Amino acid sequence: MKTNSAGNKGISLILMIAGLVMTIAAIVLDFMGSKASFRGPLLIIGVLEVIIGAYLYPTLKHHRKIIYVIFLFPLLFAFVVTVIIPLLLGIFYSMTDWTGIRFTKFVGLANYTAMFKDPAFLWSILMTFVFVIINMILVNLVAFLLALLCTSGLKGDGFFRVAYFLPNLIGGIVLGYIWQFVFNNVLINISKISWLVQTKTAMLAIIIVYVWQYAGYIMLIYITGLTQIPKDILEAASIDGADARQTLFEIKIPMIASTITICTFLTLTSAFKQFDVNLALTGGTGSVPNFMGQYLTNGTQMLALNIYNTAVSKNNYSLGQAKAVLFFIILACVSLIQVRISNKKEVEL
Amino acid sequence: MVGKENRTRSYILTAVGVVVALYVLFPFFMVVLNSFKAQASIVESPVALKGASLGQLSKNLNAVINNSNFQFWYAFGTSAVITVISLVLLAVLGSMAAWVISRNNRTKWATAIYMTFIASMIIPFQVVMLPLISTFRDVGKFIGIGMLQSIPGIVFAYCGFGGAMTVFILTGFIKGVPYDLEEAAAIDGCSPEGTFFRIILPLLTPVITTVTILNGMWIWNDYLLPSLMLGQNGRVKTLPVAVQAFVGSYVKQWDLILTAALLAIIPMVVIFLIGQKQIMKGMVEGAVKG
Repeated sequence: MKTNSAGNKGISLILMIAGLVMTIAAIVLDFMGSKASFRGPLLIIGVLEVIIGAYLYPTLKHHRKIIYVIFLFPLLFAFVVTVIIPLLLGIFYSMTDWTGIRFTKFVGLANYTAMFKDPAFLWSILMTFVFVIINMILVNLVAFLLALLCTSGLKGDGFFRVAYFLPNLIGGIVLGYIWQFVFNNVLINISKISWLVQTKTAMLAIIIVYVWQYAGYIMLIYITGLTQIPKDILEAASIDGADARQTLFEIKIPMIASTITICTFLTLTSAFKQFDVNLALTGGTGSVPNFMGQYLTNGTQMLALNIYNTAVSKNNYSLGQAKAVLFFIILACVSLIQVRISNKKEVEL
Repeated sequence: MVGKENRTRSYILTAVGVVVALYVLFPFFMVVLNSFKAQASIVESPVALKGASLGQLSKNLNAVINNSNFQFWYAFGTSAVITVISLVLLAVLGSMAAWVISRNNRTKWATAIYMTFIASMIIPFQVVMLPLISTFRDVGKFIGIGMLQSIPGIVFAYCGFGGAMTVFILTGFIKGVPYDLEEAAAIDGCSPEGTFFRIILPLLTPVITTVTILNGMWIWNDYLLPSLMLGQNGRVKTLPVAVQAFVGSYVKQWDLILTAALLAIIPMVVIFLIGQKQIMKGMVEGAVKG
């Protein structure tokens, strides 16, 4: 860095050139159909050599730029390979007869029209929306009430916070099985027939479990919002003779409007993507005697699980991918609408 | 009078709090209690203390830990290795990328990269998961190192999926770090990379903690990605995948299933109880910023 020594420059150039040669050799070998096991390491060492060479290149003028590129490259590369490329491929595959490994022809929108003729899939969409809406209201309501409880100055509120948050630590798969036990073996003494057997009560069970898991987390966010309300405003209100109800509706709720936005958004998107609890608790089963003239057996199957089953269990990858693209579009629209409504509300307040 | 009213109110609130806590903790209580029992006494009455004994617990634990479908220690170790490596890489690579983005936030390319990261947070996993598997299979064939059913592959995937949120939170923080610090270091002859690792990175500790907690909770508990990439009964498996495989093969064997659940819960609860303040704070900060 300090001296433009010829030696450094030489090493740097040699490394870069050797790296490039190795990289190209690896790619050429692969295209020639070589199965040589050294082409992977060759490629990786080649790329690394180019990077080290560029790093050692003695230039004061461009060194900062070279560092920027080297710093940005690893994460961006991982991001492009795992998110961007699969997303674009996925949109493309949804219009072909893709089998998960290869595709033979382009089928246009056939997958999309096919899924809208499938009552089981439409039922999944319906159930997802029912679940999301009920869940959004319940989680926020319960979480907000718990937050009020925890900030009302009761003794041992630290313990209550930890206790209410605990379910959020554990993954949906494990939780699902624990609750399956509770519903099938414990609550059965009260309810006579397990809630997980009938579609309606099974949906209710999923909602109960999800509220149980998620409300503690949302509660923490509401607590943060509530404790950030300036004390003097609350004092001023109590001096002016505002009762508890007025303080709540006229001061606390408007003051935490942005927190409500965040929480609504979080519950909305996470409920849409719900998969683990659905899989572990009911597996999506449940009979529906008559929906659009058909008998369905996927009563409690929500979108994410329907997509998974279509592709992985029924081995229909292109249809599953088309459903996933639709899922993406729905989620994007809902998020945009939600953000827009919340922004408007906040401006009004 | 007011004092008395307040006291009654506080009693009622505490009572409500306790009832809710009992309800929330009830399933955990069921898991712990029934891990001490044999199948027969669980079926007889899951809530009774009768039939619970330490001997039965160690019997259950032995049966679960040595089970060939569960392989607890192996799954636990795999989960730990995957989580730790992913978290370290995400913290370091994420800080590097966020620093570059925030120091170039007036240029078009940095803004474009940043916006792409933010927009990508809306993408549900379901829409990329199927092509992801085929892409990884192809990449694995190409470089000759298996990307599916391998720890490097899944760590790479977590870096890709966690990248957006990590960069987003870190960039917001780095924008607040005064640029003067870096200029002073540069005048003293410190190289850009030296400035980053010696001056910026240590300043990021609080926000890296937040990011690590958020990513850690997600990666440790994640089921779908490992189940697709590693396979249900693959060579490498994480704890959630092992639980699923185990339960699938022992339907209704509640003594074993609940003991397995207990084993899966304990590590997380222990870590939480050690760092509960940090974890709860981190979860809130991540949500408020994200």
